[in-house]
Amino acid sequence: MISLDWYLILAALLFAIGVFGALTRRNAVSILMCLELMLNAVNINLVAFSRYITPHLLTGQIFAIFVIGIAAAEAALGLAIVLAIYRNRETVNADEIDLMKW
Amino acid sequence: MSLPEPVIIVQLAFLAFAALTLGSALMVVLSRNLLHSALFLVLTFFSVAAIYVLLEAEFLAAIQVLIYVGAVAVLYLFALMLTRRVTGEGIRQHNAQVVPAAAVAVILLGILLPVAWVGNWQLSSLPPPPDAIPLLGESLMTTYALPFEVMGVILLVALVGAIILAREN
Repeated sequence: MISLDWYLILAALLFAIGVFGALTRRNAVSILMCLELMLNAVNINLVAFSRYITPHLLTGQIFAIFVIGIAAAEAALGLAIVLAIYRNRETVNADEIDLMKW
Repeated sequence: MSLPEPVIIVQLAFLAFAALTLGSALMVVLSRNLLHSALFLVLTFFSVAAIYVLLEAEFLAAIQVLIYVGAVAVLYLFALMLTRRVTGEGIRQHNAQVVPAAAVAVILLGILLPVAWVGNWQLSSLPPPPDAIPLLGESLMTTYALPFEVMGVILLVALVGAIILAREN
């Protein structure tokens, strides 16, 4: 069968891909999309641990439901901020929005 | 011709969906066209839902498709369409920190992968409950009632805040 390690390795690789994307992309919406990749990796981790260590309690699935809800709220707010920035600055590239740099 | 054993089919299904997840995640990160990036994100969400089905969390797979693909990915596509004028096709999509970011990602993998490989967890041989939805509902209403209510407040605050932030004036 599929052992727990396989799911953990998949989640770790997906998280690392999300970290690389969040640190590398210029467009602010792309950075938020890579954040969603990281949150999905965390969800896979939670559900895998819940399935293999305490299958009768569904704790990991409940945590994953909360993470999905938080991710949806954060995506909505982040994109509203990006739209407000776009309206004022005409750009959404993260390296051009540098008013607060010294 | 007899069918292969169910164990091998399940393992092949996991390998196929894991490869699909990681491949589409890589395309999200490396794609130069932003709309292609968003569509690869949709593919990633679908294959993560398939991974949930392999983990016998079917309700979570349905919720993943409903909320992530149905709401969050559509929101990203709207945001990409609304901020489209300044992002042309020839603009490079990666900043100047590609090499340090790759180093950080590799170091992170160097920490996470040995833990995943070596860790001796106390695995349980119990089967998962056949009906998860009544158990989930009961837990959300009794043990996790406080986070559930806080979730409602968070979603309300996010809704009001997003409307205020994206207003015209």
